[in-house]
Amino acid sequence: MPVMVGIVSYGSYVPYRRLKRSAIAQVLGIPAGKGERAVASFDEDSVSMGVEAARDALRATSAPSVQALFFATTTPPYGEKLHAAIVGAAARLPVEIRAADSTGSVRAGLGALLQASDSVGGGAKQALAVVADCRLGAPEGRAEQQNGDGAVAFVLGSENVIAEIEASASLTREFLDTWRAPDERFSHTWEERFALTQAYGPLLGKAVQAVLAKAKIAPKDLARVVLDCPNPRAVDEIARGMKLEAAQLADPLALTVGQTGATHAGLMLASVLPAAKPGDRILVATAADGADAIVFRVTDAAAHYKQPRSVGRMIESKGDVSYGSYLKWREIIPTEPPRRPDPDRPAGPPMLRSSNWKYGLFGSRCTACGTPQLPPQRVCVKCRAFDKMEPYPFADRTARIATYAIDRLAYSLNPPTVNVVLDFEGGGRFVCEMTDCEPEKVAIGDEVEMTFRKLYTAGGVHNYFWKARPKR
Amino acid sequence: MASNGIKDRVAIIGMGCTSFGEHWDKGPEDLLCEAAYEAYASAGIDPDDVDAYWLGTLGSGLSGLMLSEPLKIQYKPVTHVENFCATGSEALRQACYAVASGAYDVAMAIGVEKLKDSGFSGLVGNVPPNDGTPNTMTAPASFSMLAPAYFKKYGLDPKRGKEVLARIAWKNHKNGAKNPKAQFRKEVSMETILNSPKIADPLGIMDCSGVSDGSAAAIVVRAEDAHKFRKDPIYIKALSFVAGPGEGHSKSGYDFTTFPEVVATARDAYHQAGVTNPRTEISMAEVHDCFTPTELVLYEDLGFSERGTAWKDVEEGFFDLEGKLPVNPDGGLKSFGHPIGASGLRMMYEMWLQLRGEAGPRQIKAPKLGLTHNLGGLPGRCVSFVSVVGREVG
Repeated sequence: MPVMVGIVSYGSYVPYRRLKRSAIAQVLGIPAGKGERAVASFDEDSVSMGVEAARDALRATSAPSVQALFFATTTPPYGEKLHAAIVGAAARLPVEIRAADSTGSVRAGLGALLQASDSVGGGAKQALAVVADCRLGAPEGRAEQQNGDGAVAFVLGSENVIAEIEASASLTREFLDTWRAPDERFSHTWEERFALTQAYGPLLGKAVQAVLAKAKIAPKDLARVVLDCPNPRAVDEIARGMKLEAAQLADPLALTVGQTGATHAGLMLASVLPAAKPGDRILVATAADGADAIVFRVTDAAAHYKQPRSVGRMIESKGDVSYGSYLKWREIIPTEPPRRPDPDRPAGPPMLRSSNWKYGLFGSRCTACGTPQLPPQRVCVKCRAFDKMEPYPFADRTARIATYAIDRLAYSLNPPTVNVVLDFEGGGRFVCEMTDCEPEKVAIGDEVEMTFRKLYTAGGVHNYFWKARPKR
Repeated sequence: MASNGIKDRVAIIGMGCTSFGEHWDKGPEDLLCEAAYEAYASAGIDPDDVDAYWLGTLGSGLSGLMLSEPLKIQYKPVTHVENFCATGSEALRQACYAVASGAYDVAMAIGVEKLKDSGFSGLVGNVPPNDGTPNTMTAPASFSMLAPAYFKKYGLDPKRGKEVLARIAWKNHKNGAKNPKAQFRKEVSMETILNSPKIADPLGIMDCSGVSDGSAAAIVVRAEDAHKFRKDPIYIKALSFVAGPGEGHSKSGYDFTTFPEVVATARDAYHQAGVTNPRTEISMAEVHDCFTPTELVLYEDLGFSERGTAWKDVEEGFFDLEGKLPVNPDGGLKSFGHPIGASGLRMMYEMWLQLRGEAGPRQIKAPKLGLTHNLGGLPGRCVSFVSVVGREVG
């Protein structure tokens, strides 16, 4: 009997900032779409958002034993470098794992989930699929308003499965609909009717038919249906063709988050999982350069599963960003260069030496007096014992603001920079930047949590490290 | 196992100090030449009479060659020292110990900084290759943390607290207006200071010291030799220096209302000098007023005011030029300017003038003991220097 493979835990990330579509329209003098889109902050990218989702997914599983990691995005921060390695380091995964990036198409998202599933089928205890996208659109274009930013992560395994993969079907077909050259920021799309009638419609329909046949179920047997396609009209047509009830269809998150590219099918799945009951069947299908469709069967274990941070909570935790700030953050409009020197790129050898610190936010704890401290020390800051330290993780601990500074001199794409002095719950003092906050509301005593961010880019190197943010 | 000090064993016999400010027409070598030759003349000696040099600069040059080449020093030791913003004081401290030890008879400490050539506003750090994780907060932001912490701890209404800070800047500008070598030689109204553009809340630009170019130099000899050079030298009573363990950024409990490093140097310096009540025994002080809240906290760390009361002393004018304990009579970093490597020696230059009655319109009446305090780094992780100097031996 083949081993049961499925989702053991999952995590999601919707960035804190929202851009109202009316705010875009007001500036550009164009018709406004309804609702708002999620916007990665000035210090976020696909890697940092992926880390947030991965941490969330790993927190939700009691004993992670990930042996393979697949990272998918259409917006990779590097042209050459393994993004999965950064995600793995920040998610505190061991070195002894297989890892790969996939990119090039929004299909890479479900593709990573299926790769992770195959890894478990091939003997890995657990595999982690992390999908993140930071979707751009040229000003005035439809994509700018419709797209959104976000990340999702799934731990796949064969034990403690909450949603078993019952069947999957994949199709791959070459056709020209969406493309982007390596040196371009915005994607091109072919005329809409062509892809709808000749590609997305037929492909999605065929993949759904195939997967339902494999699972030996009919559309009416599906508790929830996640249909994701760059062309929303294809989704409507398939839903009509399958005679689906409105209650079966998952919210496309169009009004609250926007279309999050490679992330989107997974994010919609994560948004329906909390309400799923044992025995429920969930269809997830996405079309782009072909199609993937998966039928999940929710297991009895799902009844006991606790999700630390739901998609719904991520959607509710938000703050506005102006269109002007958004254009600056994405460097769509050039800004006056700072009258401050450019930062130096971080150096390879010290980054390797301190990778547990820099990526994993491991400090040290003195085994002589028990004092946690960060960055990790050789001599204890309290009792001065020498080399009596053990690694001590800070990333998932909350902290309180001892004092803070609002820095209007430091260069930032989002001035002013807020710096905080933190006292961690359980001990440990640290000085770092604070993000996703309103500077005038920061106060001594506020509780914060740690988040993985991109501090700056210098010499083509993205300098990732941790910041504090108000609890979400 | 003690800090014994060298009370009355070393004397300053000559000093030089350029004007501080925007010296667009002068490089660091020019500034060094001017300060050094003014010091030679002040001491009435030839360049060849100096046996060894200590050169302080944070970022305007490297190695002793920076001084020996422009001055054509004839095959003598020149040591480059750096200790953040306390660099100038550190150069003086090394030169004093060198003559006290007997290794040399005459030594010069000289400091310089050329800040206005960088093209950037404020200070520019020069950090070694690293992992990209050290916090890069600017200096005004890190010192701004003192203000809300102090206000909160001592129940000072933030608006009144901001006025206390502004009064410190107002006082230093008032003093600097009387100083022909100061960068900003005019009084500034409280209103202007209070309403200056925010740079790191609650600090405005007028809470920050001047970014400037300049150089200052001192020539030191053993005290017993001083009268061979002049009848009115000044005497080193205490030199104290501390590099802290950085606990403020790494150990819970530090509350940003004090510099433990300053407290330690003050205690050591008073012990060396035999000062038991600094509030009454110190005639005047030059302190490191890089930002206005720094000066407020220093009053307490140096023992001039009881904890939590310095703000009242400020309001009552205790530290004004006409007050009981004038602080920064030359205008301080705020008005005289802050060319890093030169600042510690500039502070001593004011002691040199005041103790010898040469401070002109800002002369303090018959000062006996003066204190200089020089700080480098940030609240929570810094180096600190305190000296006590006097007109008489004993």
